[in-house]
Amino acid sequence: MPEYSDKVMDHFSNPRNIGEIGEADGMGEVGNPVCGDMMKFTIKVKDNRIEDVKYLTFGCGAAIAVSSMVSEMAKGKTLEEALKITNKQVAEELDGLPGNKLHCSNLGADALHKAIEDYMEKQGVKGENAS
Amino acid sequence: MKKISLDNQAASPLEPAVLEAMLPFFTEHYGNPSSGHELGNAPRKALEGARASVAGLINAEPREIIFTASASESNNLAIKGLLAANRSKGNHIISSSVEHFSVLNQLKTLEKEGFAVTLLPVDQYGLVNPVQLEQAITDKTILVSIQAANPEIGTIQPLDDLVKVAESKGVPFHTDAAAAAGWIEIDVKKTGVALLSLAGDQFYGPKGSAALYISQKTRIRPLIEGGIQERGLRAGTENVPALVGLGVAAKLASETMAQRVKAITLLRDQLKERLLENVPHLHLNGHPKQRLPHNLNLSVQFVEGEALLLRMNMAGIYVSSGSSCTSQALKSSHVLAAIGLPPELAQGSLLLSLGRQNNAEEVPYITEQLAAVADLLRRMSPLYHQYLKEVQNNA
Repeated sequence: MPEYSDKVMDHFSNPRNIGEIGEADGMGEVGNPVCGDMMKFTIKVKDNRIEDVKYLTFGCGAAIAVSSMVSEMAKGKTLEEALKITNKQVAEELDGLPGNKLHCSNLGADALHKAIEDYMEKQGVKGENAS
Repeated sequence: MKKISLDNQAASPLEPAVLEAMLPFFTEHYGNPSSGHELGNAPRKALEGARASVAGLINAEPREIIFTASASESNNLAIKGLLAANRSKGNHIISSSVEHFSVLNQLKTLEKEGFAVTLLPVDQYGLVNPVQLEQAITDKTILVSIQAANPEIGTIQPLDDLVKVAESKGVPFHTDAAAAAGWIEIDVKKTGVALLSLAGDQFYGPKGSAALYISQKTRIRPLIEGGIQERGLRAGTENVPALVGLGVAAKLASETMAQRVKAITLLRDQLKERLLENVPHLHLNGHPKQRLPHNLNLSVQFVEGEALLLRMNMAGIYVSSGSSCTSQALKSSHVLAAIGLPPELAQGSLLLSLGRQNNAEEVPYITEQLAAVADLLRRMSPLYHQYLKEVQNNA
């Protein structure tokens, strides 16, 4: 068994914010079954803030804990703040990850950022249509 | 909380009689078997008794047994040792794509050193086809190495047929029988293998106790040179307590194999049926019939193996998986890839191996826990949600 911190095991055992937002404002997907991890983040945005965030994750203990932690870190943040969440911060918030699991923290932040970019793109398109 | 190990192929507790036989050789009979004085007598006699017991397990002669410290070592001694003694005869080795890493990794090294290696494919169950072996043999082939049974998916190879093919072409045959020895009947005289590796910890003997069978007509060179222990083929003072344990474990396995196999097959099949009935989207990996009696390999669709392993661990049930994340190298099982299992199912593979401490009373708890864990992880799996949508759309 990998040596996971208590915090990783806590988020793995009781993952927060699981699910998929039905009418999501943004959606980001990363990974595939070949590499062993997949994450799908959906966000609800209000007044430039992440009002709600949910995820679905196929992956190991670290991948699930990372998803859960990223969702907690992102909730309530402005889009700019959320875009600044780094993989390193996620790993630090989890009191570290085993060396060979660090790539899982990359996936979490990437999926969130993709969801935000998806939202921004849609907003851009809407904005253009409106003008 | 109750603790249930379903990872007996990784480790299982010793038979009490094995431990009991070992203990005096740590203290009272601590002597060195090579000593000329009487301290060496009891350990030397015990070592030769153990050799006879191991020989008995596979119908070999005691002098055909060399003790080693692991099946990995036996595999290395068999392959590298045979090649060293037969280098002038050719440079081609045939093996299979589902071998243990202690075979596959040395073949990679040997390839770099100039040997040509053919890895035979396997079918969906993990079986090597004797016809394909026959077609692969050339006049440069100096060794065929194919396992007796696969430790991961439990598939038992048609060893007699494979050896017959190699024998008809005059090529010596090594078999890694680490997973098989103690669990299926092996008769080296009847089968005609030149070399066979086995390990005591796979049949309730201690870790670090293993052997290599070398038929009388087979010549190999040692890997470890030094003193003349083990007929000069494996130098170093013998680990007497461990080897005494191996001997007792081999004797018990020989004497009780039929009962053991019958009981554990019954239990394994009961567990398999209960799981398949109660956990949706489970797939059986390996051969449905031609498999090790204590081995069960299942894929839990839509979820990943390490998450399964951790959740089962939280419920006090210890399992193993062939997923990328459970391997240190982060590579999913080469065996599951070789049988053509899609990556998603390989990632969700569970290896359940039973041992003498398991019993039928555990089956309902294991079933209930795996059903709950699979359900919980599926509810957060994007693959499962995708599947549900597809079902909805098709309805």
